[in-house]
Amino acid sequence: MTERSVSIHVPAMTRVEGEGSLKLRIEKGQIEELALDIFEPPRYFEKFLEGRRYTEVLDTVARICGICPIAYQMSAAQALENVFGIEPDQWVRDMRRVFYCGEWLQSHALHVHLLAAPDFLGFDSVVGMAEQHPEAVRRGLRLQGLGNNLIRLLGARSVHPVGACVGGFFRAPAEAEVDRMLVQLRSALTEAEELVSWAAAIPMPDDQQTFINVSMRHATDYPMAEGRIVSDQGLDIAVDEVEQSFSEEHRPQSTALFSMLHGEPYLVGPLARLNLNMDRLPASSLSLLKQSNIRFPSNNMFHSLFARALEIHVAIIEAIRLLERYHLPAHPHVEVRPRAGIGFGATEAPRGLLWHRYETDEQGLIKNARIVPPTSQNQARIEADLHRSLVSFGLDQEDDALRLRAETVIRNYDPCISCATHFLKMKLKRQ
Amino acid sequence: MAKPSIAVHKFSSCDGCQLAFLNAGEDLLKLAQLVDIQHFLEAGVADEYAKVDIAFVEGSVSTADELTRIQRVRANSQLVVTLGACATSGGMQALRNLDSSNESWKHAIYAHPEFIQTLERAEPVSEHIKVDFEIWGCPVNGQQVLAAVQQLLFGVSPLDQRDKVCMECKRQHAVCVMVTEGRPCMGPVTRTGCGALCPRFGRDCYACFGPAENINTDAMSHRLEGLGLPQADIARRFLFINSNAPAFGEAGKKHYQRGFGDD
Repeated sequence: MTERSVSIHVPAMTRVEGEGSLKLRIEKGQIEELALDIFEPPRYFEKFLEGRRYTEVLDTVARICGICPIAYQMSAAQALENVFGIEPDQWVRDMRRVFYCGEWLQSHALHVHLLAAPDFLGFDSVVGMAEQHPEAVRRGLRLQGLGNNLIRLLGARSVHPVGACVGGFFRAPAEAEVDRMLVQLRSALTEAEELVSWAAAIPMPDDQQTFINVSMRHATDYPMAEGRIVSDQGLDIAVDEVEQSFSEEHRPQSTALFSMLHGEPYLVGPLARLNLNMDRLPASSLSLLKQSNIRFPSNNMFHSLFARALEIHVAIIEAIRLLERYHLPAHPHVEVRPRAGIGFGATEAPRGLLWHRYETDEQGLIKNARIVPPTSQNQARIEADLHRSLVSFGLDQEDDALRLRAETVIRNYDPCISCATHFLKMKLKRQ
Repeated sequence: MAKPSIAVHKFSSCDGCQLAFLNAGEDLLKLAQLVDIQHFLEAGVADEYAKVDIAFVEGSVSTADELTRIQRVRANSQLVVTLGACATSGGMQALRNLDSSNESWKHAIYAHPEFIQTLERAEPVSEHIKVDFEIWGCPVNGQQVLAAVQQLLFGVSPLDQRDKVCMECKRQHAVCVMVTEGRPCMGPVTRTGCGALCPRFGRDCYACFGPAENINTDAMSHRLEGLGLPQADIARRFLFINSNAPAFGEAGKKHYQRGFGDD
């Protein structure tokens, strides 16, 4: 094929959350080496938690990720309530879902507009894209802002919010605050619908592949803050059964752990959620999906962007539904009596399944903690996808085109490298 | 006249402080017109070696590679501004400095600790280079950061908020959660800037904005003892997000037993 010997070095990959490195070596038209290395410096969160009181856990785990702190707080709250044998009441469960809707909105709008869309529309950054597509970008930034406002309603601030606790929330919003929020949410609905049709019209590579989808599943609702864990291969387990099916591996040059399902890579995140839960979509979101020219379930990974856009719509619809029946509770949280034990929690972070396990002593001090973030679950899948995507794209393509395709494939997963634990460096060697 | 140039660099952190820019909405687009953004990876601009007027640094210095990078940032920037607790005080990951836990924690978490290359300690940026201005907070908020950017663009030194959260509570007419509910609120020793969010949400401040000026940590600890907190809990109140900030580190260690044990 190619006789040339080329070496490309991209100092750091852009538009991803955190830093990692990619190695690609092509020899005689064959990929000889391909690895996505995450080298975000380790921050040892599981160790910081040891010896801390259960009341400190939510403020600790939020600091794992500035973009999805609520996901960490909600999985942790669920796991600790599981240890202490507490069932949160319906008000708390509703408000947790509303809180989570805010995070999906904020995180998805950020990813769709600032991180992913520039790849498909031919820009380096959102700043350039804003000149050519001012309305689409401004709509995206408004939806992101709406998500942040929704988080503030229950959490006071959008990054590392302070409103949630084990058992519920510290404070219930006043009815007038909820009414003002409802006005904002209702007026954003048309923009969310426009976003979904805009996302459906973005030209995407037609790149079919097979992979295992894994997500949570709820008896009636689109999965978010509670449910069982299922796959399209027949997996259907409770949250406390994860360790029997999933395992983590530590590979050279990486500070993240690779998670496998029965030894196989698998996908978590918006595309997997939508593929497995179309029948749980709110009616109006389902009708938007049907109006689009995209068929689900989809095995084109690039449809992740569309799935995110549709989940923005879901988040707004769900927040409106739950806030319309809002009432001031007698207590915004249930009383907590700590006890010794082990508990599990899992929720759907914007990037996919986020699973926690805690062991406490009788005073509620943490003895040990285990946290499995979505990006370490997707990491093996990203590598597998990169390999076949580059081959299907054509290894004899120009270096810049190969690099951009590789970056697009990676960004499409919305990897959260801070979560998984630094530099996405691409070293391409050809011989 | 050429537009002023800025860079946003990330070190060991959660990415949350950069969101002060990425969450700014319309203001982000306006900022992009006012300044020339030369390096900001998450926003899609990469030129690590760019010489800039103002460099914003998020994150603490915790690897040998980061040590080299922070020195380069200093050499290439007129002004260096730290963004948030990690860059300013070392942040939460500085908890590993307490018992020199780096080696043992690495072995406990990773199957192959030999793959993990870190410095013994996670340190604030000012431990390694001269810092021109520090913005405290975990996380910093957009208002704080954009106000600082505006002041720097006008060529004046940004206003440093060093008051205690207590002052902010009074301004906000928030009811004191320590006096009325006996909560172990860290407001009397913590820097404001957050808007006194926790007391206004019915909970005690947990000191995420770091130490305020002229604080009496002994009186604070004494009050916490009076509220019935065990020694280990008092230690953990100080040794949390800003454990490496000298005022908090010294106060916390008076009550600290290895691993937050309680005898």
